[in-house]
Amino acid sequence: MTATIVTITSGKGGVGKTTTTANVAIALAELGEKVVCIDGDIGLRNLDIVMGLENRIVYDLVDVIEGRCRLRQAMIRDKRMSELYLIPAAQTRDKSSVSPSDMVRLCDQLRDEFDWVLIDSSAGIERGFRNALAPADIVLVVTNPEVSAVRDADRIIGLVEAEEKGPAKLVINRLNPELVKRGDMLTAEDVVELLAVELVGIVPEDQSVVVSTNRGQPVVMEAKTKAGQAFRNVALRLQGQEVPFLDLDERKDIFQKLSNMLRSGGD
Amino acid sequence: MQSDEMVEEKKVTIKIKGIRDGLLISLGEGEWPVVQEELLQQIMERSAFFQGARVALDVGNHILHAADMGILRDKLSDSGVSLWALLSNSPTTERTSQMLGLATRISTPKPERVIRARSTSLSGDNAMLVKRTLRSGFKVSSAGHVVVIGDVNPGAEVSAGGNVVVWGRLRGSVHAGVDGDKTAVICALEMSPKQLRIDEVIGALPLKPEEHVLPEIALIQGGQIVFQEWKQKERGR
Ligand SMILES: Nc1ncnc2c1ncn2[C@@H]1O[C@H](COP(=O)(O)OP(=O)(O)OP(=O)(O)O)[C@@H](O)[C@H]1O
Ligand SMILES: [Mg+2]
Repeated sequence: MTATIVTITSGKGGVGKTTTTANVAIALAELGEKVVCIDGDIGLRNLDIVMGLENRIVYDLVDVIEGRCRLRQAMIRDKRMSELYLIPAAQTRDKSSVSPSDMVRLCDQLRDEFDWVLIDSSAGIERGFRNALAPADIVLVVTNPEVSAVRDADRIIGLVEAEEKGPAKLVINRLNPELVKRGDMLTAEDVVELLAVELVGIVPEDQSVVVSTNRGQPVVMEAKTKAGQAFRNVALRLQGQEVPFLDLDERKDIFQKLSNMLRSGGD
Repeated sequence: MQSDEMVEEKKVTIKIKGIRDGLLISLGEGEWPVVQEELLQQIMERSAFFQGARVALDVGNHILHAADMGILRDKLSDSGVSLWALLSNSPTTERTSQMLGLATRISTPKPERVIRARSTSLSGDNAMLVKRTLRSGFKVSSAGHVVVIGDVNPGAEVSAGGNVVVWGRLRGSVHAGVDGDKTAVICALEMSPKQLRIDEVIGALPLKPEEHVLPEIALIQGGQIVFQEWKQKERGR
């Protein structure tokens, strides 16, 4: 077994990295893959909360790196799945307690045992981003369909290319079909046209994300939600399957155009 | 900061100079790992002096790849030094620093750099070829012409002593003829920039229907920037 290491990052904060990490991890685990998530957002840990594993934390990432515990001891198993684990971030330490080479070493230890290692990174271009980027095989950039978020995503995609980790893959989160219809929000097509990277997910704005997050039960566990379906599709596309994009709004023409565009993009 | 000092070592020469934008550190010849080690050593030995410093690094003839440069920047930042510019004689290294969002010029360049920058013989071989899309926050600058094969996205900047040709969509900012060349032109397959400048003239883009996109050329005419269809015959300029 040799794991694919996926780093989930963004230019702007709050666009849905942690939500994406938790949901895609669960979706992959549901597909029978062996998955471990690493919360790379040192000092602002919250992947454990979103996954509902907060009360089981004993050791964290910094404990592993500084040798206070063995890797195994810091891995919390999600009992709802057969093979899903979380390595939580340290709450009280700053980002400089971890270096990019620490992350590479850690991921190399995980490679043999897992199919997927998902790293939830902090936003922006500072140390946390470099730590999460260092071991990555695939970089998933999450953005919202807003001009400022897309601009920041563009910058991150450029930095990922500069570090020779590109081309990044794109998840557009919180697309609101109503706003798009009224012409008040960028379409997925607009975003892809500017960023010119492979799109692996369009996740709609969905209140059930907030509800399920508060319950520590990521939305992907609820079969019927559109956001859950969209995250499942991200997992399938990461596995290399071709999955059509969800029809999020009634205006077929845009999605028709988009999928045509992606197809002619030749990936 | 006005400290002007020189530290000599047998193997590696490292010169440190106060400039307006912080410190300018010039590195001498030698194996890169040794030079880097020596630099970090000196910074560590005088950490109080370097703490919080903004540093421009002149690496001379060393050729650095993205990975080396990333490591260097991380190590410097670990010692409380922030690297904002990297000057180099190697175009490869310059390109890498530009990719990493570092400046490649400081306001008080070294004498030989000025000579290079002022060379006005804009022949075809004095052009910088950028074969990638320039994304937000990335800057390319050259004393000669700049040719971009790819898009210039919003938030990206190109500045050139000569012409700028964008074989793609121009949506960022471009400044051609920065050293006073009023005959410089800017061409793009799709001209929808945030800002255009030729010499000192700032161009305002006329609003036009989105549907009909034609390659366009921007040039100075009657003291203003005008846009024309970019046709074969105009290329000879
Ligand atoms: N598709 C969605 N629909 C509705 N709400 C969402 C959606 N995706 C994320 N959210 C909400 O947006 C907020 C931010 O999400 P999240 O914490 O995942 O972002 P982040 O990028 O990890 O933030 P940070 O940069 O702070 O780490 C959360 O409250 C989350 O519930
Ligand atoms: Mg987060």
